[in-house]
Amino acid sequence: MSKRDLVVNDFCITFSTVNGSGSATANTTLMRALFKMGIPVSSKNIFPSNIQGLPTWYTLRLSKDGYMGRVEQDDIIVAMNPATLHKEVQYLAPGGVLLLPDDLNFVNTRDDLIIYRMPVKKLIKDAEVPPSLRDYISNMVYVGVLCFLLGIDLDLIHQALDFQFKGRQKPIDQNFHMVEAAYVWSKQNLEKKDPYLVEKMDGTDDCIMTDGNTAGALGSIFGGVQFTGWYPITPATSLAESLIEYLPKYRVDPETGKDTYAIVQSEDELAAIGMAIGAGWGGLRSMTSTSGPGLSLMSEYIGLAYYAEVPVVIWDVQRVGPSTGMPTRTAQGDLTQANFISHGDKNMIILIPGSIQECFEFGWRAFDIAERLQTPVIVLSDLDFGMNMWTSKKFEYPDQPMDRGKILWEDDMEEFMAKHGGEWGRYRDVDGDGIPWRTLPGNRHPKSGYFARGTSHNEDTGYTEDPEKWETIFKRIANKFETGKQYLPKAIADESQKATLGIIASGSADPAVQEARDLLAKQGIKTDYLRIRSLPFDTEVEDFLKKHEQLVVLDINRDGQLNQLLTMTYPVYSEKTTSLAHLDGLPLNAKWVEKQILSLLEVK
Amino acid sequence: MATPVPNPAIQNVNKVGLSKADYKGLPSTLCQGCGHNGIAAQIVAACYEMNLVPEKVVKFSGIGCSSKSPTYFLGRSFSFNGLHGRMPSLALGGMFADHTLKAIGVSGDGDTASIGLGQFKHMVRRNLPMVYIVENNGVYGLTKGQFSATAERGLQLKKQGTNPYLPVDIAMEALISNATFIARSFAGDPRQVKELLKAAIAHNGIAVLDIISPCVTFHNHENSFHSYSFGKEHEEPLHEISYVPPKEDITVEDFEEGTTREVVMHDGSQVVLKKLEKEYDPRDRWQALHMLEEAHSHDWLVTGLIYVDPEVPSLFDIYNIPATPLNRTPNSKLRPSHEALDEINRLMF
Repeated sequence: MSKRDLVVNDFCITFSTVNGSGSATANTTLMRALFKMGIPVSSKNIFPSNIQGLPTWYTLRLSKDGYMGRVEQDDIIVAMNPATLHKEVQYLAPGGVLLLPDDLNFVNTRDDLIIYRMPVKKLIKDAEVPPSLRDYISNMVYVGVLCFLLGIDLDLIHQALDFQFKGRQKPIDQNFHMVEAAYVWSKQNLEKKDPYLVEKMDGTDDCIMTDGNTAGALGSIFGGVQFTGWYPITPATSLAESLIEYLPKYRVDPETGKDTYAIVQSEDELAAIGMAIGAGWGGLRSMTSTSGPGLSLMSEYIGLAYYAEVPVVIWDVQRVGPSTGMPTRTAQGDLTQANFISHGDKNMIILIPGSIQECFEFGWRAFDIAERLQTPVIVLSDLDFGMNMWTSKKFEYPDQPMDRGKILWEDDMEEFMAKHGGEWGRYRDVDGDGIPWRTLPGNRHPKSGYFARGTSHNEDTGYTEDPEKWETIFKRIANKFETGKQYLPKAIADESQKATLGIIASGSADPAVQEARDLLAKQGIKTDYLRIRSLPFDTEVEDFLKKHEQLVVLDINRDGQLNQLLTMTYPVYSEKTTSLAHLDGLPLNAKWVEKQILSLLEVK
Repeated sequence: MATPVPNPAIQNVNKVGLSKADYKGLPSTLCQGCGHNGIAAQIVAACYEMNLVPEKVVKFSGIGCSSKSPTYFLGRSFSFNGLHGRMPSLALGGMFADHTLKAIGVSGDGDTASIGLGQFKHMVRRNLPMVYIVENNGVYGLTKGQFSATAERGLQLKKQGTNPYLPVDIAMEALISNATFIARSFAGDPRQVKELLKAAIAHNGIAVLDIISPCVTFHNHENSFHSYSFGKEHEEPLHEISYVPPKEDITVEDFEEGTTREVVMHDGSQVVLKKLEKEYDPRDRWQALHMLEEAHSHDWLVTGLIYVDPEVPSLFDIYNIPATPLNRTPNSKLRPSHEALDEINRLMF
């Protein structure tokens, strides 16, 4: 094979295993080793809603150009699951590589494949692995074989195992021994026939390897989260569990040895949001994390928080709905639900991180916005960000101090009242920005207490059914959201190509869009790109709509929900806009985006 | 604005220098004669006599007639009127903000035993320090007279007919969920209500007070003088529906312990009251369970302190939170350092 034909640091490996067989350790070990080599690498774990026994696919994409989106075809497949072998073969790219255990019954229907058979059972037997660990450690065989085939330094595998097992020598040795044995066997018995290789590069400088739920939790910790009420739900569970893991490390007061936070696992999502809102009302930086079904349950309380003006942060790590839907598959299907959540008129602030780094950033920023505007903030992440491992830029320390908003303690009350004719009212708009001043329970000033409620109230929190008073409050709240737009993350426009075609997308659609734009540019098709990062939309969104002759809006859902909201807000531009919505439970891939845009342009 | 200093020159102040007026709320908008008003008055009296500073009390409620009543006491205290059946979660979060406050929650039988049974039981098992009052009248008042989950089987209501279901016993539910303080009282026995309230305020943990609080408007008989059908015949019919005639508060004279007494309710029905016997030990769960069973079988309304265990750690004893309220934590203690983030970035591999 000539050097020209080699494929270096730019291919995709899929591991096909059975859920619960312990392949995650093997797969992340490989990912860590590749990351250590400086190769941008991302993973997609396609797993069932099941503990043990159903098929699972784990895909590693190596991309020297740094593309992180999902790809449709695999270059290498490690087929450990006989039940899905026939399917795997269909997904292999022309000339692809198939690794499989030598005892697997397989009739090859393609003549272009390169096949390596691995003596998994024999190697396990020779290694004298305890029977209870055999299934787990057998995955290390393919790690060793791949190290030989691709050229991965075994020392990096050792480092990755050391990290995985937190330095515990016994499991490190057991696993590494198996990798080594498989490597040695490969060296002696396999002849490399495929073109795929890895080489050290510098593509992961200043990068970390992590997932969006960990990032969101850590961002929340650096945002000073003080209270979390949560209920387990896939794919949001690991966000709260990351809080449980990291809060004791970083948020115990060294002076007193006391926690500066509390986490309560509630009995359901109705209680999770109730607790979070109670704490937010009490002045704590308060949050909950959930997914679609949980968000549905939380809607009534979110409406109360909106109207009683209580800050709270709600993370929705989206999965495919409606109903139970596909709990282990990704989507952007909760956008309109989040926007219109709960009954009655309202504006809902939604933050949509478009990278792992932004999951961290919006983690802390969400509290500043919620407290500044005294309102619920929904952060819409999704399973693709939340549960997959990514190569990400390092987390950046918050670039501004915490904004606790307008809070009056005892002394502040005195000052405030001196300035305002000896009076204070919880919902009085003294600054003209729609944001009133609030007091917190425990304030000892005799004028500080007030009665929070969801029923119609006057500016001093008194119950009223007076239409004028009700309308005053309601219009003031609307005004609060107008002035509030300045605190939201702006949409990011890339207009460097000065194109007439503008692409609009949000969240985890971003990696596929970025790659698709490059694919289109190679064919001479220019595109501009607007990535929406928050709702309600602000002027930069309208500017982009106005400026471009043709627009496409990408959505990872059936109905084109982002497009629906844009059309509703800016109906005048809807005629030049096309919705490209795709929902199959998988992360968006660039080829699909490219194909859709090409066919759109052809039609035109 | 700190705690007012007692001024000996002023009469009728308590030990924190406050008069009873400092504990009052707005005038009640509930029906005259409603048991809930009597309970609000006893909360005022109990807090005054307990020398609580209103700013150190926080009130919570759900939805229903009962849940409106925090407006009618302790007007200076912070208060949050939450969602139907979901006050316990709100209170839990709110109390984490400042666990040094005394929480008083007011709920009803619909709010607690129907829509809120789940949150009620989970609040109880977490032992959230709060006086949790159920103003129990067996009927939905605000929606005008439907059976609640505590209505007894066979009860007849004007529009609803006969109640076919067995009632939920709130004290029993609390007991089997390991509540650490359970009492039952009757709104017409103000002295007992007040005494139980004081004990509940003193309790470090969840204190469930199931207070039978008669609904003078909807829990009455068809041929009653103030019933819908009677009013229709004698008053302007289109407006009779929302008209609530004034009635006297129900009162019961104090009675000797160990005796039973029949109390005539506003609607003419009768309830047998039985005071707890002297030898009754409220620290004995088994005895409490047995007593509640016995009361059921005899149709007795047994009042008093049913069960208490003051030694169980409260929710806040379980958490490693500082003595200073969490909502007073300075920002500097909430955001970890640059070095911490550097360490995290190093570990993310």
